Amino acid sequence: MDADDLRLDGNSLGGLLGELFGREMTAALGTCASCGAVGEVATLVVYAHAPGTVGRCRACGAVLLRVVRAERRMWVDLRGLRSLQLEPLGEEP
Amino acid sequence: MDYVTRGFRGRRREPDESARVPPGQYLTDDFPVLSAGPTPHRPVAEWSFAVVAQDGEQLARWSWDEFRALPSETVTVDIHCVTKWSKLDTTWEGVSVDTLLSDVEAEAGYVTAFCDGGYTTNLPLEDVTGGKAWVAFGYDGEPLEPEHGGPARLLVPHLYFWKSAKWVRGLRLMDEDEPGFWEELGYHLYGDPWREQRYWGD
Repeated sequence: MDADDLRLDGNSLGGLLGELFGREMTAALGTCASCGAVGEVATLVVYAHAPGTVGRCRACGAVLLRVVRAERRMWVDLRGLRSLQLEPLGEEP
Repeated sequence: MDYVTRGFRGRRREPDESARVPPGQYLTDDFPVLSAGPTPHRPVAEWSFAVVAQDGEQLARWSWDEFRALPSETVTVDIHCVTKWSKLDTTWEGVSVDTLLSDVEAEAGYVTAFCDGGYTTNLPLEDVTGGKAWVAFGYDGEPLEPEHGGPARLLVPHLYFWKSAKWVRGLRLMDEDEPGFWEELGYHLYGDPWREQRYWGD
């Protein structure tokens, strides 16, 4: 099996980020701290077949976010994201 | 008591195998592929292995041909992934890290392995010396496939397998134990499978 077949897209982060942020996150706009590319979380390249979940920039491949889950703890690294743009909850579109 | 009919089992397990499986692990005959990023496909003509000081000074370097001209060893070891699979009697060919450090004045207490793709992992120097670690280029009699870390990966079988960094390109000698890619995000600094050191504080 080619490991590149194990790639997912950012929609696979929906449950995990929903748990972290308490809201739907795949439509949030992330800015890559490495290359400045802007894209919806749904467009990230995700590697989940690892000791943790890694989301990478589709443009440059940099790590944007990492999440490790143990039985009673989670660790989250969002350093690779310069910003996340979200719609305030409860506002009409 | 074991009521499983012999003929309905998979690979026959040797009676002493369970003693070789650390706590919380299960045996697999597969070789699962785990990766935190795309698989680099580094041609050996563009590959080198370096030993560098903490400040980045290059202390030793081998091209692929120079590396392959070093004495190598074939070792058969058990490996243990933190995702809970263990695999017994895996056979590797590689260069002992002792050989790679033999001409280096190493007063460091730790090393950080660095890799194509940006992965890092930290280890005490004494865990990669004394015949305990290799830079492996062969698996099961064949060149190491890129999916499993080829052209070369670190092999440190007495620690969880995330320490056996795929696509390794060198070792940085460190005064302090600086957490690597997974160690800075919850995984144990040392990672002894027999003490089940999976996460911080284990």
